[in-house]
Amino acid sequence: MRVALFVTCINDTLHPRTGRAVVTLLERLGVEVGFPAEQSCCGQPQFNTGYRHASEPLALRYARVFRDYEYVVVPSGSCAAMVRDNYPRLGEKAAAEGRGSALTEAAAEAVPKTYELTEFLVDVLKVTDVGAYYPHAVTYHPTCHGLRMLGLGDRPRTLLSHVKGLELRELAGAEECCGFGGTFAVKNPAVSAAMGADKTRHIQETGAAAVCTVDNSCLMHIGGVLSRQGSPVRPVHLAEILASTEGNVL
Amino acid sequence: MSVTDLGMPAFPAAAARSTRDTRLRANLRHATHTIRDKRARAVGELGDWAQLRAAGRAVKDRTLRHLDHYLERLEEAVTAAGGQVHWAADAAEANRIVTRLVRATGEREVVKVKSMATQEIGLNEALAEAGISAYETDLAELIVQLGKDRPSHILVPAIHRNRAEIRDIFRSEMGDWGRPAPDGLSDRPAELAEAARLHLREKFLRAKVGISGANFMVAETGTLVVVESEGNGRMCLTLPETLISVVGIEKVVPTWQDLEVFLQLLPRSSTAERMNPYTSMWTGTTDGDGPQTFHLVLLDNGRTDTLADTVGRQALRCIRCSACLNVCPVYERAGGHAYGSAYPGPIGAILTPQLRGTASELDASLPYASSLCGACYEVCPVAIDIPEVLVHLRERVVEGGKVTRGGVKTVIRPAKGHAAERAAMRAAGFAFGRPGLLRAGQRLAARTRKLHPRRLPGPGRAWTDTRDLPPVPAESFRDWWQRTRGGEQGGGRQESGQ
Repeated sequence: MRVALFVTCINDTLHPRTGRAVVTLLERLGVEVGFPAEQSCCGQPQFNTGYRHASEPLALRYARVFRDYEYVVVPSGSCAAMVRDNYPRLGEKAAAEGRGSALTEAAAEAVPKTYELTEFLVDVLKVTDVGAYYPHAVTYHPTCHGLRMLGLGDRPRTLLSHVKGLELRELAGAEECCGFGGTFAVKNPAVSAAMGADKTRHIQETGAAAVCTVDNSCLMHIGGVLSRQGSPVRPVHLAEILASTEGNVL
Repeated sequence: MSVTDLGMPAFPAAAARSTRDTRLRANLRHATHTIRDKRARAVGELGDWAQLRAAGRAVKDRTLRHLDHYLERLEEAVTAAGGQVHWAADAAEANRIVTRLVRATGEREVVKVKSMATQEIGLNEALAEAGISAYETDLAELIVQLGKDRPSHILVPAIHRNRAEIRDIFRSEMGDWGRPAPDGLSDRPAELAEAARLHLREKFLRAKVGISGANFMVAETGTLVVVESEGNGRMCLTLPETLISVVGIEKVVPTWQDLEVFLQLLPRSSTAERMNPYTSMWTGTTDGDGPQTFHLVLLDNGRTDTLADTVGRQALRCIRCSACLNVCPVYERAGGHAYGSAYPGPIGAILTPQLRGTASELDASLPYASSLCGACYEVCPVAIDIPEVLVHLRERVVEGGKVTRGGVKTVIRPAKGHAAERAAMRAAGFAFGRPGLLRAGQRLAARTRKLHPRRLPGPGRAWTDTRDLPPVPAESFRDWWQRTRGGEQGGGRQESGQ
């Protein structure tokens, strides 16, 4: 099995712990992980802000960089959704604009092999107990792209339910957006902040020590609000919880 | 669109103002959450909802593809049934036609059934300019009209008002328009409804002209359909001598059988009812029964232009149920007025910039009035992929491109005010296209991380005003990989490089 890690630009730059956790976790499960250094960004920020043409070279790069791998594992629901949902659209639009089939071919190559981390664990490795240990009360926020574009369903909760020592606390209004939304957080700061305030209030009401998601971009926003409020609740990526073991509690 | 919409600030500024209004936030939160929970239950009752939704989408798409054909059939059927059909290319023409028709009756007052199309074209204001008083008879529209306010929701136009505010409006304003509110009116819903009923009854009985919209028009028989909850619509549709219906051209469905789908989809999505209390249907005129003169004004006002856009045209499937408003976290905080048009919420964010274009600052800001969370798409009974259209319209705003305006294909320039963003996107694209450069940037950021300010200047301020930034780590992931794995690759792979 040739598995590549697509760490994503945000994780690479701001949350390297998450990428390290994925490597630790996958290697613990007997998977050989590669990291092609020519990878960069999936193009989601450009695409979602309206700069579709600027995202095209990144889609082509993605397909080229991961060409020789059987699977690409992405510890980000929204970046995985960008590849799966939007790369085919990029291809269709480019073809409609008379610019050939390169993007369509890139999408056809990239889409079937791209898996968000919890999908890869549950659907490909067929594992729900990854042998993790995390002795804290945790609440889970299902990010919008993971929830609605990828349809992750129960996968993250199932994985969390098998983590020893972890107490999963239900989050009120869990399926409501946290208010990040990429450039939305900067273009509509008042609404974004109001959404973030409601989300963090619900998180604090659970009494959990940590809030986890499958997306560090949402977590960066949630964590930023929590930090400004002086809240002790820690934002943690799901991968870091799954990588944690009794011998090495993260 | 309505003259009252002109000069509106862009969405972010208007929304920022409403997020500070704690009473508005509480009213909206309570109302939208109540309706959304009830909708989920009502939809959950049907085992074939997914198929119904697919059928609704398919009927609308098929009709839109052959819209010219079905509109001609409709015109023939309406005319054969004794009605008169008028075609209005835009709001001004529709208002001129309706004003002329009312004037021809010699009347100075009309009663109105709640109608989004007449909101869209600002008909009440146009009639007022011509010296004609238009009385809204839907309870919520009445509250809005008496309060000299604007609707803020498609289904619940006074959603932003609570009971105490409504009592105050009735007490102070009803007398100026007709029968005053009863003495000692309280804010009990039953008393408020009774006050409205007494006030409106005088209007129904006196009116010689009624104005409506329609939820559907059946092409095969020329029948118009209004779906409502209060019965005021039925009064307006049956009591006056003259009925004028102003309807968007996308509201046509081919046959009665198609209605079966929508009369299931609409009430459950909008009011969470299995069936709405009143479904009124009218076909032309009948001697001795109902209005003796019937006019249908078919409104384009940007719809044909919207139809020309292969991605954006799906907005024309909308049946105005407002389910997308009730689940939208942005609408819930911003309120309907911030959208600056008759159509608020997610559907407004994609419909308005298509009907009106993206030239104004407000209209150019609407495609960004969403976090792309996708909740609207999930609940839409005709499966409009609102996030897809939002992103499509964002592209139009920042890059310009080919559009159809007034039936003419044209190329528009990018909207103003995106130069810095475009430059940032280009710079990011440059760095992401060269991972070595990306790494250099990461290393520079890591080395200088002690110097990073807690509060950012410029656009970044929007972030740091309410949120802390994550600290930049000492080592990026790719540097960690290289340091610990001793090379660029892992898993024994040879990178082809570039």
